[in-house]
Amino acid sequence: MKENKKTYWKGLEQLSNDPEFVKKAEGEFPELPSVVNEDGSSTRRDFLKVMGFSLAAASLAACEAPVRKMIPYVNKPVDINPSIPNYYASTYSTGGDYASIVVKTREGRPIKIDGNDLSPINKGKVNAIVEASVLSLYDKERLAVPYSGGQPSDWKTVDAQAKSALASAGAVKVVSNTIISPSTLKAIQQLADGNGNVELIMYDPLSNYGITKAAETYYGSAVLPSYSFDKAKTIVSFGADFLGSWISPIEFARQYAQTRKISKEKPEMSRHYQFESNLSLAGANADYRTPIRASQSGLAVLALYNAIAKKAGAATVSAPAVEVAHLEKAATDLWASKNASLVISGSNDPNVQVVINAINEMLGSNGTTVDFANPAYYRKGDDAKMNQFVTDLNAGKVGGVIFYNCNPVYDFARGAEIAAGLAKTKVTISTNGTLDETSSLVQIVAPDHHFLESWNDFEPKKGHFSLAQPTITPLFDTRQAQESFLVWAGDSTTYYDFLQNNWQGDVFAQVETGGTFQQFWDQTLYNGVLAISSTTSALAPVGNVSAAASAVSSDYSADNTSAELVVYTKIGIGNGTYANNPWLQEMSDPISKATWDNYLTVSQKWATDNGVTMYEGETSKASISVNGKSLIIPIMIQPGQAEGTFGLAVGYGRTKAGRVANGVGVNAYELLDSSKGFVNFDITSGVEVSATGDSYRIARTQTHQTFMGRENVIQESVLSEYQKDASAGRYHPKIYKEGEFVKPSKISLWSGHQYSQHHWGLAIDMNSCIGCSACSIACQVENNVAVVGKQEVLNRREMAWIRIDRYYSSDAPADDLKAMEVAASNPEVTFQPMMCQQCNNAPCETVCPVAATTHSSEGLNQMTYNRCIGTRYCANNCPYKVRRFNWFKYHDNKDFAGVNVAQNDDLGKMVLNPDVTVRARGVMEKCSMCVQRIQAGKLEAKREKRKVQDGDINVACAVACPTDALVFGDMNDTSSNLYKLLKIKEDTTSALKEVNEERAYHVLEEINVSPNVWYFTKIRNKDLNEA
Amino acid sequence: MQVTSSVREPLVTGGKSYHDVTNDVARHVEAKPNIRWFLAFLTSAGVLALGSIAVIATLWEGIGMWGLNKTVGWAWDITNFVWWVGIGHAGTLISAVLLLFRQKWRTSINRAAEAMTIFAVICAAMFPVLHMGRPWLGAYWALPLPNVFGSLWVNFNSPLLWDVFAISTYFSVSLVFWYIGLIPDFATIRDRATGLRKIIYGALSFGWDGAAKSWSRYESVSLILAGLATPLVLSVHTIVSFDFATSVIPGWHTTIFPPYFVAGAIFSGFAMVLTLMIVTRKVYSLEDYITIGHIELMNIVIIITGSIVGIAYITEFFMAWYSGVEAEQYAFMNRMFGPYWWAYWSMMTCNVISPQLFWIKKIRTSIVATFILSIVVNIGMWFERFVIIVTSLHRDYLPSSWAMFYPTWADVGIYLFTFGLFFTLFFLFAKFFPVINMAEVKAVLKSSSDKVNK
Repeated sequence: MKENKKTYWKGLEQLSNDPEFVKKAEGEFPELPSVVNEDGSSTRRDFLKVMGFSLAAASLAACEAPVRKMIPYVNKPVDINPSIPNYYASTYSTGGDYASIVVKTREGRPIKIDGNDLSPINKGKVNAIVEASVLSLYDKERLAVPYSGGQPSDWKTVDAQAKSALASAGAVKVVSNTIISPSTLKAIQQLADGNGNVELIMYDPLSNYGITKAAETYYGSAVLPSYSFDKAKTIVSFGADFLGSWISPIEFARQYAQTRKISKEKPEMSRHYQFESNLSLAGANADYRTPIRASQSGLAVLALYNAIAKKAGAATVSAPAVEVAHLEKAATDLWASKNASLVISGSNDPNVQVVINAINEMLGSNGTTVDFANPAYYRKGDDAKMNQFVTDLNAGKVGGVIFYNCNPVYDFARGAEIAAGLAKTKVTISTNGTLDETSSLVQIVAPDHHFLESWNDFEPKKGHFSLAQPTITPLFDTRQAQESFLVWAGDSTTYYDFLQNNWQGDVFAQVETGGTFQQFWDQTLYNGVLAISSTTSALAPVGNVSAAASAVSSDYSADNTSAELVVYTKIGIGNGTYANNPWLQEMSDPISKATWDNYLTVSQKWATDNGVTMYEGETSKASISVNGKSLIIPIMIQPGQAEGTFGLAVGYGRTKAGRVANGVGVNAYELLDSSKGFVNFDITSGVEVSATGDSYRIARTQTHQTFMGRENVIQESVLSEYQKDASAGRYHPKIYKEGEFVKPSKISLWSGHQYSQHHWGLAIDMNSCIGCSACSIACQVENNVAVVGKQEVLNRREMAWIRIDRYYSSDAPADDLKAMEVAASNPEVTFQPMMCQQCNNAPCETVCPVAATTHSSEGLNQMTYNRCIGTRYCANNCPYKVRRFNWFKYHDNKDFAGVNVAQNDDLGKMVLNPDVTVRARGVMEKCSMCVQRIQAGKLEAKREKRKVQDGDINVACAVACPTDALVFGDMNDTSSNLYKLLKIKEDTTSALKEVNEERAYHVLEEINVSPNVWYFTKIRNKDLNEA
Repeated sequence: MQVTSSVREPLVTGGKSYHDVTNDVARHVEAKPNIRWFLAFLTSAGVLALGSIAVIATLWEGIGMWGLNKTVGWAWDITNFVWWVGIGHAGTLISAVLLLFRQKWRTSINRAAEAMTIFAVICAAMFPVLHMGRPWLGAYWALPLPNVFGSLWVNFNSPLLWDVFAISTYFSVSLVFWYIGLIPDFATIRDRATGLRKIIYGALSFGWDGAAKSWSRYESVSLILAGLATPLVLSVHTIVSFDFATSVIPGWHTTIFPPYFVAGAIFSGFAMVLTLMIVTRKVYSLEDYITIGHIELMNIVIIITGSIVGIAYITEFFMAWYSGVEAEQYAFMNRMFGPYWWAYWSMMTCNVISPQLFWIKKIRTSIVATFILSIVVNIGMWFERFVIIVTSLHRDYLPSSWAMFYPTWADVGIYLFTFGLFFTLFFLFAKFFPVINMAEVKAVLKSSSDKVNK
């Protein structure tokens, strides 16, 4: 088009450029009077405009969510990308408890701890306490500054005081739990060198002094052996809860599970005998479990010794006869699997442990399943030395004492004496991170970093090293304890340099890398672990059994009739160090399913005799007195408890742990007996128990104990049957349709889903699951699951997305429904992890009125919190009862601030996983199969332009599981582990996969909700007639 | 059409004239409220206020105020909901079904029965809203409203959504039906009134002129609405029962539920009508309108529906046994002998045994016995819903999740709240609205029996 160059004027004024016109030309209506008054004041129109705008702005602002301040990086750190997690290899170690870990950090905050796959010890596995320890980093009750004389102080003042005080104190004792850090030991040595009269005294709240002492007696070396449960075909344990709390449970559980996994290719498993008083986690997993009195335990060990000796042709020892079921059978099995047998005892009595050593020696276990030549350093505590220390302290012989991250006032048997003795000491220092029972009594508190803020090194076993590195800048003005020691020794090196120097000098010298130290250091730090192999030959016995045997014969009795107390440890709370962690407090104990309490476990017979009943957690209290000390405790009726014995867990009854743990339960350490030179957890005399009749409610997450003989829930068999028929124990429901009985999956209203991409699924091996509940805590950390507190657990409203159902067997006939509710007196125990089954025909999905829970194209049942209006219809219609409702607002609510710390205070919130929503009040939630991880894994694969491979994605519970009982994967992926494990028939995208693995079953198969979670039958290695 | 029977008992006794009818009914509306009414009204308003505390606490703190838990996700809330809906069945049944069947005795009770229906449905509707975790959203998200969230619709598969439709349809139809019936009576009151009252009742009567054409339309509309309402009597509780019947929970997953629920609803509805009418007739001296004959007829309905319910209970048991389904069998054994046995046996006694007493004519025609039994029936029906909901849920498939339900003060409070609401509304109705349909009673006054035509 031709360009139009004509000019049109609005009028003559424009043509003539009249100044009056030019002035008004900009206005929309130039001919109208100006909108601004001549004097500059506002006009009516302005007023209306401003008012209109303000009104609109005010109402818009009211619609907006409150502003949350977020401060961007001024200079972005090189390796921190918002929303991309970083992982650092590090080490968890508290006392001698050890795990090599990988810490996940987001925007500089550690938020999740996983096991380090490279570690030969825990091989990528963790337990509940390790998982939960990340929350303790964000405990606002940690000390923020050093304290002096009970008042906040600063490091300069504290250092000056400490230095001068220590110099003039005289005999200084450093009291600690087991230290497995070589550099820490060196730092303490430096302090000793600087001050002269310094002695290190190690003790362990959960003492295994008996083992080290016996090793000294029997093998001439006071060490803890390395155990290899994976090599054992027959395992006999006398009261050692090696799956729950004994020495190194993560390692042992992983090893043990390897012997318990069976398949058609390997239809063999270990046989496990347990002789114990309390029903422990190990006992719950045993094939044969015999309840025995603690007073008999030594004699039972002797009887086993004699039985083996007879078979071995060795000399027997004289011992009082004791009637213990299955003992003879155990001896036969042990002997049959010679060189692949393992006998252990949880007793802290060195004499018993000597006999155990002798038994293992006869069985050829030394060097195979028990290795004294490659010792473990998890427990170095010396009860004798510690006892001496307490005596000296009260005699005023100790000039100064430094408590290095230990709390003996609380967790040593003679804690009260220590508390009293501190007053007689000139200098008292503690490095504990909180003002706990011990550090609140000392003059100077020099708080240590949390382990996630620290550098450190560890040598958990001979030749095994690992490093810890900080994953966050220290939150408070704390200082690494080792650095404090160095400062007080007059050494100004930082601990990091000190550590590197040690490694350069000691460790680097032992390895041949061919590179520089820096390369070696960087690589080791990256890996987190380092193993230096060395060849050693098994230690030969230097002692003999006779002295120990005669001591055992006289110390134990076959016919004690008085009450006995066996103090045990719960897998969640452990020795009580982490008691202030609400995740652990609310973790349902795998055996009792109780939370937020310790209690006196009593046998069913005692309960009947004393008229004590327990219903829905409603119980009564008992008064227990042990050699003059008495406590009032609630009663837990515990099937499997040996008659005449009582159990009580340590780790509770904290008075200065913090707001979560204070006042929860009673302190059982006080009752321990150290009169025999070792801390005795089995108190067999001077115990009196009586029911007080006062009522009490224990918060249990499961109040019904048996599975009521329901084969659609628990399917189990014994090994011999499995060997004959791999589908032994399977229950195959059939439904009648048109003249024939068909599988429930053949009848459906639904046309069925097709999953063209992925089909996520989970397989759960009930043979491997030991009930440890690491999965439960891992899930809680990963998915920001709320803690609701004791009262809400009593109201049956705990929020766990994955729970471990624990079922006892019952002796009652199948048609007596009432009697079947009562567990057998020594029941078989089955653990069944239960979470959302991600049903293909999900009953929850059809009933939601607003489609808040729907099916994904990858087989997941997904929950849209935003859309949920909270009718709870889905939860009612869930046959597995895995849905959890937000009955209250659990976050930012002062009513829950004391328990749900991760969602209430600013510091606690730092642990939250930013990829998972914190759920609002009134919405339903449940296991999402870690959908955030699935999405992240898919995104990563997409970014790399490849398909998702098996192993790219794993769910938090399966990652944590120390026994690999849970296997997650894509059932559409023919190369996936899960696909192979389930032996899926063909490559199909249908939701209905035909699974050929005989052991695999769906819980409640008959209602054909078609879950994507498969369970594998529980197989016990029992004789058929005893199953 | 009008058939005058020479043998039947008259529907209205006492030889009332048309003017008497008007006087007897309208005088309560026209008179100043007496002290008795005030006391009753204030009591129910007080209960309403007291119950509101529980409602406010629930809305403020969350559903955690109730005794529900991870296993039992519904208890008193849905029990009360179904109970109130059930009570709301009698009104429509009386006005619509009996109208279609030309049961003229219904005329003197249908007004109050319909009012009761509407108030009961209002009470019932409280629960689906209050029981939501987030009622401020659920109250409108549960409706199929167009929205800006993309193609986000309600889930048409969900029986809860069907409930929304069923209850709202039922409520609207009942309300319209009730109001249409009120129009001629409002006009009667208007015509007798002066001043402000005349204006108010004038407005309420929609300018009713009493012309033959108006009456003709009135009759037609009544018949059409009756036709519409009749299927609703059956559908509402059928759909309510689908909440349970379509689920997978043993004890809920039952095809017998629709007829069983409908019978139960009529059963409880008639019992509630009796409870209220026996009081009203006494207080308002309406013995000539609501006669022993009425009471007897309603009691017969109670025997029939009660027996149906009883057979349904037994059939359920038989099916549980016959199905061979373990969980189902356990659910029913658990009802009888489990921890909630007392609820089950209360239900059996109140619903199955007690109505059988009405076979005895003396009891059936006794005001006192009827009054007591009508309350017993409603207690039984409350337990029926409690048994179905709570005892099925508390022990379903996985024994690990078995739990008990214990109500809290808020559970009780909200139930009281609906009682307060119901009676407050009912007393307002009894004072300001004609409790008996004057126009329709007049229509049957002379026609039903020769005996009155002296």
